[in-house]
Amino acid sequence: MAVGLFGRLREGLAKTRETLLGKVEALFQGHPKVDEEFLESLEEILLGADFGMPVTQELIAALRRRLKNEREPDQGRLREILAEEIATRLPAEQAWTLPAQRPCVIMLVGVNGVGKTTTLGKLAAQFVGQGKKVVIGAGDTFRAAAGEQLQVWGERAGAEVIRHAEGADPGAVAFDAARAAVARGADVLLLDTAGRLHTKVNLMEELKKVRRVLAREIPGAPHETWLVLDATTGQNALAQAKTFRAATEATGIVLTKLDGTARGGIVVAISAELGLGVRFVGIGEGVADLKPFSAGEFVAALFRND
Amino acid sequence: MFDTLSEKLDAVFKKLRGRGRLTEEDVQAAMREVRLALLEADVNFKVVKDFVAAVRERAVGQDVLQSLTPGQQVIRVVRDELALLMGSGEENRLDLAARPPVGIMLCGLQGAGKTTTCGKLALKLRRDKRSPLLVPADVYRPAAIEQLKVLGRQLDIPVFDSRADQDPVAICREARAFADRQGYDTLILDTAGRLHIDDALMLELERIKADVEPREILLVADAMTGQDAVNVATAFNERLGLTGVILTKLDGDARGGAALSIRSVTGKPIKLIGVGEKLDALEAFHPERMAQRILGMGDVLSLIEKAEATIDREQAAEMAQQLRKEGFNLETFRDQLRAVKKMGSLESLLGMIPGAGKAMKQMQGMQLPEKELQKVEAIINSMTPAERRDHRIINGSRRLRIAKGSGTRVQDVNQLLKQFTEAQTMMKRMQKLGPKGLRGLLGKGGGLPF
Ligand SMILES: Nc1nc2c(ncn2[C@@H]2O[C@H](COP(=O)(O)OP(=O)(O)O)[C@@H](O)[C@H]2O)c(=O)[nH]1
Ligand SMILES: Nc1nc2c(ncn2[C@@H]2O[C@H](COP(=O)(O)OP(=O)(O)O)[C@@H](O)[C@H]2O)c(=O)[nH]1
Ligand SMILES: [Mg+2]
Ligand SMILES: [Mg+2]
Repeated sequence: MAVGLFGRLREGLAKTRETLLGKVEALFQGHPKVDEEFLESLEEILLGADFGMPVTQELIAALRRRLKNEREPDQGRLREILAEEIATRLPAEQAWTLPAQRPCVIMLVGVNGVGKTTTLGKLAAQFVGQGKKVVIGAGDTFRAAAGEQLQVWGERAGAEVIRHAEGADPGAVAFDAARAAVARGADVLLLDTAGRLHTKVNLMEELKKVRRVLAREIPGAPHETWLVLDATTGQNALAQAKTFRAATEATGIVLTKLDGTARGGIVVAISAELGLGVRFVGIGEGVADLKPFSAGEFVAALFRND
Repeated sequence: MFDTLSEKLDAVFKKLRGRGRLTEEDVQAAMREVRLALLEADVNFKVVKDFVAAVRERAVGQDVLQSLTPGQQVIRVVRDELALLMGSGEENRLDLAARPPVGIMLCGLQGAGKTTTCGKLALKLRRDKRSPLLVPADVYRPAAIEQLKVLGRQLDIPVFDSRADQDPVAICREARAFADRQGYDTLILDTAGRLHIDDALMLELERIKADVEPREILLVADAMTGQDAVNVATAFNERLGLTGVILTKLDGDARGGAALSIRSVTGKPIKLIGVGEKLDALEAFHPERMAQRILGMGDVLSLIEKAEATIDREQAAEMAQQLRKEGFNLETFRDQLRAVKKMGSLESLLGMIPGAGKAMKQMQGMQLPEKELQKVEAIINSMTPAERRDHRIINGSRRLRIAKGSGTRVQDVNQLLKQFTEAQTMMKRMQKLGPKGLRGLLGKGGGLPF
């Protein structure tokens, strides 16, 4: 039994990608009608993109409902409807613009290794490119060489980095960074933080403390707190989002690593449930690989060949 | 989670109504719940599909034991299949039996935890009396080399002195020669994170492999990974021929379905797990525990284990069969009584009964009436097999004999027979009600029918 099951799984999965692609093609060519087989294939595509069961079933029910009266929906029409349904589950899509406060403080939070530091570097470069004066606070004093990593990004972007020694209090870094941002007349203060699993209560408390420090130094700060999510993450991202939002009053999401084959479908469930919009998406390790989020492109990518 | 999956299965089987066998339909409904639980745990949908098919095949037509409820029966089949897939744990050890310096190459996506795990591995190997050399071969991520150097300093373990302007293949080659000269017996290669679809960077790993011939090629994967884990693992395995997997960040609350997905598509063992950011947070992998974590039901499984330890499966099956064949008589009743006694407390017995969770909380710590049970058993023991099979033949003189033989009074024998008759009636009713009926039965006269 073990060998049989094993063999079957391996065989089946060695070509997961091809099969999935085959399905997508069949979905649009072989199944002009919206029959059960079609919907099952669509379910697999959505599940495979990490949408999770609840949203997947919602989307399929919506599609079923809306396609009932259409005789031969074509590929374009299906995508359109799906995109609409997904978009309605995401907060109203409007390009994010830098809030008016000066300095505007943006803080990045998230679990370990999702791409906070890299995203911060990319953001710094974008703001500098727009003629803004940027100060960076190296709030990750825990991970080995996190400061050095951020220093390199600061140099790439042309922004000053406020750093303390490894193991220093992140609250103290936030304090110095806020003072420096005010003193330099900066437009933007970007604060990096150490990665932490949302289940570590003391580390979540530490984030609250950092926020209090910022608020004391700069009225209303942090003005934005973005939760950085790795598109490769599955259903656990929902738990991450809930906990981080509760602890840090997160105002938005940055979805990284969309240049891989993961689709990041879980953000739809997160947006729908928590009303958190996706601000930016990361599509590579380069300084320019950060783009504003677009629901249309997000849906198109679901059916993309790589 | 334990509550959700097992409660959902209970709900499914409530409709069973004491039938002796699971039908295709019962199993179908149960499988929908199992499927959902696995998908919630991030097991790849394709793996789930095949897995559920295998479980269904095994579950259909299985005997429903009397002592263990169908829901748990299914969970047991699920657990057994999961354990089979996860492997025995035998092949989980690192294989370093080669001419030194033995190479260990870590590879994987960006941010998975490779560099940190290199540090952890070095510490573990030094504790195993080896002398490792850490080799930073990530020249792309800013300060990645420095990161490993800092870890080496913290651990006081040597780090090969590479620079970001070097070719990673050359770094690894030189490090190997260096280790050879300096007498380091193990090389730990920290490679850059890369996407499995990045052909140029995958080629780089192939070249390192060809040059250094590492004994272990380990995929470092984040336990929070979703459906894409199969694509990543397949690609890395196809290009490099992995020898194993290290699953990181298991200190969080991710259910870790990726473990099952990766294991399924590559067939490669998970050798170690990361359970924290600190350098000693590296542990051996236990397939059984992982299976339980994925199902989110450690508690129910330990209950089943307890039941299994006291009533072995064959015995239970035999009992069930006898019960079906002979019906509920004093013979089968005595068998059950003995089994119940072995269980220890009423609490643990009730735990086996679906939906009894709440009753269980109220009865916490309540012990079975030991003396009462001993008396009952003694009385039954003094009966002839014929009397046990049909208590209606037990007339006045037989009652007297039984009382004498068991050292009890005739009133005791009378009471037992009266209550047994009541219980038998109830049992018949219960068989119509399904397994839940047993709770009513137990709950009534202060616990037992006697
Ligand atoms: N492919 C890809 N890699 C990324 C992206 N964003 C970050 N990374 C990589 O992910 C890894 C972890 O990033 P880092 O910023 O250090 O994560 P942090 O621990 O959250 O600060 C690094 O190797 C980054 O280069 C992205 O959008 N795409
Ligand atoms: N909580 C937790 N964090 C981990 C674990 N392993 C690695 N990390 C963290 O994950 C992040 C990325 O690790 P790193 O070793 O730089 O990943 P790499 O890009 O694959 O080399 C860092 O913040 C590490 O501290 C683990 O087992 N548990
Ligand atoms: Mg960082
Ligand atoms: Mg690394």
